[in-house]
Amino acid sequence: MNFDAIAENLPLYLGGALTTLKLLAISLLGGLVVAVPLAVLRNAHSRWLHGPVWAYTYAIRGTPLLVQLFLVYYGLAQFAVVRDSVLWPWLSSAWFCACLAFAINTCAYTTEIIAGALRNTPRGEIEAARALGLSRAQVLRRIVMPSALRRAIPSYGNEAILMLHGTSLASVVTLLDITGVARDVNSRYYIPFEAFITAGLLYLSITLALVGLFHAAERRWLAHLAPRS
Amino acid sequence: MLHGYAASLLEGMGVTLAVALASLAIACVLGLAGAAAKLSRLRWLAALASIYTTLVRGVPDLVVMLLVFFGGQLLVNELAQRAGYAAYIDVDPFIAGVLTIGFIFGAYLTETFRGAFIAVPSGQREAALAFGMSRAQVLRRITAPQMLRHALPALSNNWLVLVKSTAIVSVIGLNDMMQKAGQAAGATRQPFVFYAAVAVLYLAITSASELGFGWLDRRTSRASRPRG
Repeated sequence: MNFDAIAENLPLYLGGALTTLKLLAISLLGGLVVAVPLAVLRNAHSRWLHGPVWAYTYAIRGTPLLVQLFLVYYGLAQFAVVRDSVLWPWLSSAWFCACLAFAINTCAYTTEIIAGALRNTPRGEIEAARALGLSRAQVLRRIVMPSALRRAIPSYGNEAILMLHGTSLASVVTLLDITGVARDVNSRYYIPFEAFITAGLLYLSITLALVGLFHAAERRWLAHLAPRS
Repeated sequence: MLHGYAASLLEGMGVTLAVALASLAIACVLGLAGAAAKLSRLRWLAALASIYTTLVRGVPDLVVMLLVFFGGQLLVNELAQRAGYAAYIDVDPFIAGVLTIGFIFGAYLTETFRGAFIAVPSGQREAALAFGMSRAQVLRRITAPQMLRHALPALSNNWLVLVKSTAIVSVIGLNDMMQKAGQAAGATRQPFVFYAAVAVLYLAITSASELGFGWLDRRTSRASRPRG
């Protein structure tokens, strides 16, 4: 084993970890912000409202993230309209395309997680709020949504970890995230074990940190649902 | 619309399906072994299985695949050289891909099978033993059929995730759907058309799988459904 080369390239790995964390934060945040209203639409009575959202989550959840990334990064460039548009400087950048594809992907899963939590709201909570004279919008904003978002935390924690693993695909479109750095180091020194095990350990520590973070969030916001001892 | 590349894409789809099914077979074997280890009374065996599942769930599949592919390449050639074999050996991306995906989903199936085993009430096993059945007979007649029923929902979920993760074998150069689409996209300069076609094919596989598992679920849960 030759870990000298790894030590020499440690700054590169740390830079990669920063890139991975940035990709993760941007895509999770973008996905979550859009997923909240979509989850409400997903449960709407009107077919015209829940139909398109269902189709979106079905298509995204039924296809690989790599295909979605390639559709955004390589696919969109096929159209002259896109190449001539004001958005082209962004859509031709691997960084922006990776963030966009990851956000579109995690948004679909998050929508289903929140929509499921919304559906599982105890009827009594809604009836009590209505009996107090709250309007439908108020019930959603003050009672149903806060309660559903709390109950969604455990599933959302899983989704965040899967998304962390998903960000490794950014290396396929030339970005230097943790995986990208490992591939670069391996191709320069030909030390696959050291290069990829280091990357694996970095991902493992981020995963464990995320698990700890979500456990803390559960203790903070789900204390009322914990079994009493 | 596909400029004559439809046959090539379908050929790639065959490779994708072969990778998925071969990986599933390995994952099932590893999953059963892992579940047996986790339920075993031997502490070190249970600990080993826990390390396996924790490691796999903490590291992206692409990193494991690159490690197996490039690391395997190095290892195989090192061993071959020591054995006095001079020629350079290329590791087949199909084998590296199948081993990796099988290894990863073996960890997920470990949890699935462990849960399914626990879900069968132990009174049933005790009763069967009291009837004079051997341990193998209890497993075959009582535990295994019910385990399948309990494992089915999670198994179906894991299969869908597994199918989607086969896309990354294109990164180590296997000629699957993604590679074929990339070649066609390069030749025709229509990447959107071909990657969209791959998306549709993946969607067809996942949709068909969901229908198949739905049917299987209805069949195996007949006994536990209220009659009417």
